[in-house]
Amino acid sequence: MVTASAERVPRVASQADVSASELDEIWKTKPGITGWLSTVDHKKIGLRYIVTAFAFLLLGGLEALVMRVQLAQPDQRWLTPEQYNQLYSTHGMTMIFLYAMPILSGFSNYLWPLILGARDMAFPRLNALSYWIYLAAGLFMYAGFAIGAGPNDGWFNYVPLASRTYNPGMNEDFYALGMIFLGVSTTVGAVNFIVTFLRTRAPGMSINRVPILTWGTLTASVANVLVVPAVSLTFFLLWMDRQIGTHFFDVSQGGQPLLWQHLFWMFGHPWVYAIVLPAMGMVSDGLPVFCRRPLVGYAPVALSTVATMMLGFGVWVHHMFATGLPNLALSFFSGASIIITVPSAVAVFAWTATIWLGRPVITTAFLYFASMIVLFTIGGVSGFMTASVPVDWQLTDTYFVVAHIHYVLIGINVFPVIGGLYLWFPKMTGRMLNERLGLWNFWITFIGFNLTFLPMHLTGLRGMPRRIYTYPPGMGWDELNLITTAGSFLLALGILLLLINVVRSLRNGAVAGPNPWDAGTLEWATPSPPPPYNFRVIPQVASRHPLWESRLQETDERSFVDYGMVLDHGRETAGTTPLDGEPDIILKMPEDSYAPFLVAVAASAGFCGLLLHVWWLAGAGLLGVALALVVWLWPERKLGQRVGLQHV
Amino acid sequence: MVSLTWGLLLISIGVVIVISLLVLGSVVVRGRRAAIATVPVERGASGLRWLWIGVGVSSIPLVVALVWTVSVLAAVSRPAGKPAVLIEITAAQWWWKARYLDPNPSRIFTTANEIHIPTGQPVQIRLRSADVIHSFWVPSLGGKTDTIPGQTNLTWLQADVPGTYRGQCTEFCGWQHAHMGLLVVAEAPAEFRLWEAAQIRPAPAPASPQIASGQDTFEYRCGACHTVRGSKAGGSVAPDLTHLMSRTTLAAATLPHTIGSLSGWIANPQAIKPGARMPAMEVSGPELERIRTYLQTLK
Repeated sequence: MVTASAERVPRVASQADVSASELDEIWKTKPGITGWLSTVDHKKIGLRYIVTAFAFLLLGGLEALVMRVQLAQPDQRWLTPEQYNQLYSTHGMTMIFLYAMPILSGFSNYLWPLILGARDMAFPRLNALSYWIYLAAGLFMYAGFAIGAGPNDGWFNYVPLASRTYNPGMNEDFYALGMIFLGVSTTVGAVNFIVTFLRTRAPGMSINRVPILTWGTLTASVANVLVVPAVSLTFFLLWMDRQIGTHFFDVSQGGQPLLWQHLFWMFGHPWVYAIVLPAMGMVSDGLPVFCRRPLVGYAPVALSTVATMMLGFGVWVHHMFATGLPNLALSFFSGASIIITVPSAVAVFAWTATIWLGRPVITTAFLYFASMIVLFTIGGVSGFMTASVPVDWQLTDTYFVVAHIHYVLIGINVFPVIGGLYLWFPKMTGRMLNERLGLWNFWITFIGFNLTFLPMHLTGLRGMPRRIYTYPPGMGWDELNLITTAGSFLLALGILLLLINVVRSLRNGAVAGPNPWDAGTLEWATPSPPPPYNFRVIPQVASRHPLWESRLQETDERSFVDYGMVLDHGRETAGTTPLDGEPDIILKMPEDSYAPFLVAVAASAGFCGLLLHVWWLAGAGLLGVALALVVWLWPERKLGQRVGLQHV
Repeated sequence: MVSLTWGLLLISIGVVIVISLLVLGSVVVRGRRAAIATVPVERGASGLRWLWIGVGVSSIPLVVALVWTVSVLAAVSRPAGKPAVLIEITAAQWWWKARYLDPNPSRIFTTANEIHIPTGQPVQIRLRSADVIHSFWVPSLGGKTDTIPGQTNLTWLQADVPGTYRGQCTEFCGWQHAHMGLLVVAEAPAEFRLWEAAQIRPAPAPASPQIASGQDTFEYRCGACHTVRGSKAGGSVAPDLTHLMSRTTLAAATLPHTIGSLSGWIANPQAIKPGARMPAMEVSGPELERIRTYLQTLK
């Protein structure tokens, strides 16, 4: 835990007067396996998140390709129904939980301290924990798939089909326990982001000067803190019904199947906004770089981010329009689901205006950011259509919804992420991604994606239901499915080109300086890649674009990156006030620690015990977690946690 | 309701075209390939005015859609008039049980997977589930409504044009969710009444020793799960087969109704619908022959 230390007023100096090698000694991670297991450096943790999330993206993509082979033609029997059901369920679980949120956590983890002018996240050890648990939970859930007991009732696994009566194998136990496990990672990560945002920004970075990425991740984090524990409890209720004999969802004993749907979707809908709002923030921060001007409408965009999430808490029943609920309830949720389009429109018009009123330089990153506006709109209008109850009664549970979800998820998460990769890869690795290969990557991905999912709107309008392992010929679905399958392989090729670009550029890419894009925010004031301590002195911020001030000439105040507080008495960063960013305290930061890794190992043992009904193992895991936490939280003088009684 | 769908679709396509042109236009007109550091940074015009104009204009179709939605919702929620027929449909893994209700108990009958309705008249449907959540959907005739165990949902259909309309389960319900279709045959009211009368009649008594032998075999091998009114077969967990020959498909609209399909289905349902609740019955050749002879009298 990071606590305050008010022992001294830090000296303020130019960075030339600060020893880089001393700071490096203080902050660097030990080499070898020791450092690998104990590091708390947000940059290393962020990169791990990104690499792991991409690995899951590829796995989920392979699962999709296998399904598309099956569905290319009618009446195929290559996959059995059980195999198909596990594939589509694991695909959904992988993409939505093991890729979409973690990739954004990864980018945010890496970037936040750099763009906020801090040395690390507020809780570095908690940061490490959130990664280890993500990895452990992902492996836990995939262990089921690997032994042929993967989730098989979809990613929102409705009861009674998910109950033990209709699903006696371990499939749903892997999923339910895995989700509870993963939820720990997401929740602690969210807490970390919220406190980092409120307390560790650089002096002068008032709340209206933070990059939009931080608004996006902050909003998502506040939502996650509320809904992720709730869904973990929901999954726990399911697990108890399945394994302990409770009857929350069991009709024969007075339980309600619809209870599951309400509880799940109260989480599920805010979640889907949580996995796009940070990515929208990346677009809002990335487009200005390539359009050579600040974002049009910073305040409306920041506020619309928050508004979208707040409205997002009030629409969950639109997933349940066909369940027989009364019209009055349906009308309310239908209305809210239509109105939620308005804050999204704010973002779309802000981005478009930024391009029109700027001087856009066409690079691969720019193309990804610009094209996502169109994909966002397509996904948005298909959502608008399904928001209307009578129309949804035709479209829900058909391929129209599959088209919608992929336009919003790939259009508003994957495309910004790839754009973000092209933008920030130089910062992370010191090398540029190849632009020529990037253009091939972009066009093949863009065309492949649209070839795959645009026809699906028609497939759904022609009545093809979701989640069917095969379909009869002559329904008007045959050619559309074949086109979709062809498109999916083209999309896969596009992603392969991205991978090739990354691998080749890591070795042979053009060397990047600190600011290859001549961008305006703080991360571009550090070397590429940044040293472990990020900034030699703590920056002082006077505007939204510290590195563009002399050119924008909007204020006489100037930001300073090379002159500021020297915090070198051990690992330290500046604590500032939440709204104005006034410096108020020196925050002492922890050293590297094995405790987060050990907590994750013990928790894994605990969850395995629950899964296998080996109760002593579950208990041992819990005990292990408790012991590791005690070691972790033991008060340390170095962190200023043992302050003797002061006499006032 | 159809025009609401078309209306929203047209609005949607319009919005996509407008935004796409704006974005494409901005990139084509304003975009350039240049070394980024050579392009000057400038705040430029505020742009807020355009943002608010865009948001304002796009709010108009939203409000229109909202009002239109609520009015259509009210209109389609209830049948246009008093329902002429009341059917209780119970969805099960992976078939549809249909029980035609009537105040006169002797006119109540049960069939499966194919329902007939009179044209031009509303038909009310009560939806129940025997096991997990399914969803009843006949796309050409109306929206879908889930069947949820522990509750009874209501929906209604009306066909104005005679014909056969295909429906399918649209809530994932397990292995054979893909093969859980049903047929709705809409016919003129007079023809419907004829069909109804035929369905109410029990199966005829065997007219020959071969058929009687077939009935015995059927009752012994199939009667634990299936019902044929007029015989001793009274099982309730599988489709009612009293008028099997009157149906144009088998196995929940999965197979065409031919001798070959029927034999193949009885011999090994698992080859056609793996996981179906009907096990491979391991009937011998002569048994199958006898059962088929009997089934063919169930018109």
